[in-house]
Amino acid sequence: MSDKKIRVMVAKPGLDGHDRGARVLARCFRDAGFEVIYTGCHQTPEQIASAAIQEDVDVVGLSCLSGAHRYLFPAVAKLLKEQGADDITVVGGGIIPEQDFQLLYDAGLKAIFVPGATLASIVDWFNTNVQPRA
Amino acid sequence: MYFAAEVLASSSTLKQKWEDEVRKSVAKVADQKPEHLWSTVSDLKIKRLYGPDDIKDMDFEQDISYPGQFPYLRGNQATGYRGKYWTFRMFSGMGDAKTTNERWHMLLKEGQTGLSTAFDFPTLMGYDTDSPKARGECGKCGVAIDTLEDFMQLVEGIPMDKVTTSMTINPPATALWAMYCAAAEIRGIPLTKIGGTIQNDMLKEFIAQKTLMCPPDPSVKLISDTVEFGTKFVPRWNTISISGYHIREAGATAVQELAFTLRDGMEYVEDVIRRKGLDVDEFAPRLSFFFNSHIDFFEEIAKLRAARRIWATAMRDRYQAKDQRSWWMRFHTQTAGCSLTAQQPYNNVVRTATEALAAVLGGTQSLHTNSLDEVLCLPSDHAVQIALRTQQIIAEETGAANTIDPLAGSYFVEALTNEMEEKAWEYIHKIDEMGGMVAAIEKGFPQLEISDAAYLYQRQVDANEKIMIGVNKYVTAEATPIPLIEIDDAVETAQVARLQAVKRKRDGKAVKKALDDIKSACKKGENVMPYCIEAVKSLASVQEICDVYREVYGEYRDPGLY
Repeated sequence: MSDKKIRVMVAKPGLDGHDRGARVLARCFRDAGFEVIYTGCHQTPEQIASAAIQEDVDVVGLSCLSGAHRYLFPAVAKLLKEQGADDITVVGGGIIPEQDFQLLYDAGLKAIFVPGATLASIVDWFNTNVQPRA
Repeated sequence: MYFAAEVLASSSTLKQKWEDEVRKSVAKVADQKPEHLWSTVSDLKIKRLYGPDDIKDMDFEQDISYPGQFPYLRGNQATGYRGKYWTFRMFSGMGDAKTTNERWHMLLKEGQTGLSTAFDFPTLMGYDTDSPKARGECGKCGVAIDTLEDFMQLVEGIPMDKVTTSMTINPPATALWAMYCAAAEIRGIPLTKIGGTIQNDMLKEFIAQKTLMCPPDPSVKLISDTVEFGTKFVPRWNTISISGYHIREAGATAVQELAFTLRDGMEYVEDVIRRKGLDVDEFAPRLSFFFNSHIDFFEEIAKLRAARRIWATAMRDRYQAKDQRSWWMRFHTQTAGCSLTAQQPYNNVVRTATEALAAVLGGTQSLHTNSLDEVLCLPSDHAVQIALRTQQIIAEETGAANTIDPLAGSYFVEALTNEMEEKAWEYIHKIDEMGGMVAAIEKGFPQLEISDAAYLYQRQVDANEKIMIGVNKYVTAEATPIPLIEIDDAVETAQVARLQAVKRKRDGKAVKKALDDIKSACKKGENVMPYCIEAVKSLASVQEICDVYREVYGEYRDPGLY
């Protein structure tokens, strides 16, 4: 274990303004000792990918409750890959029906968190699966 | 004083005796949970018992009184629900205009008494379906409306002079209301005959819902334009629905919902008086409100009762309104989406029924009941029907509508109502000291207060201090499959094609002139509404109108506070 902190970007792609989950998680990650960047609402996939690269984050957490995750989440993962940043872990959460999980995993997302997930379980997943990059 | 001295004296003796009894019992068998966990969902501490001494300082005439009389604690209407039940108004919109129109006709046939429109995100944010920003969103959370052609299809066969229609629309409210007005005119219905509501409450967007377009000051200016236009030409229209719903859903407590919503209302009143020079009694009777009804039964009832009393007092004393209709707080209520769970979704029917009953006991004038599947997707026909039936059962079977404000005089309910009112005024005065709500929003004050409350609640749920059945207690392993509605991605392709066809056939010159007229009205500070009506008639799109606002007033971006 290095002393380096996990650097996480909590991002809200698309036009959805339901940001309660994203804001609660941003606080929770901060309290868990992560370095947190929160984008605010209404980011395009392009804005998120380029900000994630610029900010040199280890992981991007996407939140969407509008139903547009099927387009938006894969778009972010694809842009990161195209720009050579596929070492950035991408995860997602929100109102995501189970039948969409596979589509998102196939697009490169590593985990999907849905209502009912505890803050502790999400932090644990990050601690286990995300390595702060050197 | 509410009680005679002898009553309070005897109550005090009896209370002592009761307290001794409780002490003895608790020493033998401890309560199920510690003192601080007997609290509301908003974490307001609740006592084991309330009695006469909790409301001893109340003055009957000043604080309680009768329905239809100041301070309207017990309701605006002297007749209560006997003259008319609340309006059964289910929020609905999905896919394209035709699909939504079919749902509306189904709901009216099932006994719904008012319409309420859910728009999709591109429409809500003032983008057309063919905008790159709209990709993937079309029709997902509501109906996609780009031009008046879509709108005409939306209201096809709807008796616009009889049914009132509410539209949840904020930054592009001028454009969508203009479409409603234009549609009425085309159908030969005068503007004086149409009734309904546009949400048109931008302050709560900055605070909570984040449907954003222009900065706060010009946003409020556009709202004052609609208030002025409605006052003069569309007298049956509620031009703002000052909303606590979204504030609550974003994680606020009941007191925060109450305080921020009412302070938003005061901000609009002040702006219309200052900017438009209208007398408060000319427009205040058409201001309407919209509250959440969350799962904590008595807290919600107390909140709604307190809201009426605060508003009446503020309108009479703070703004010197003379007309009693200006003192009335008229409001719609929706049960709490955030109280529903994806786990064991059929339990949501019970939650919604409880919340709906609280709204009715709190005296709501209009109600939306959430469907059991709304936590997962847009509601299915069957789930909507159960939700509507929930209201009808409350109205016609339970007896809840027999008598007005049945909980008045309850030691607990009156004490809780007083407590919520006091705490709300503390917030209102704090915001006054900051220079008003726009200034408070610029400081991030309400946003961060809500973030604190949302984060606290989530930690309480995680720690099993606040219970959500199926989530942190009585959890079952297997999922309950329920039929989900999905909006096909093909809806987007078809809607883009429809928009492009409209753009090809319309008179480009007329559109440009109409948009230029809006721009010049914005620059001169004139009322934009008449120009918006002309623009939508020329088939200008929602985004084309909103792009004018973005160009003249600038764009506002979510500062991302947390």
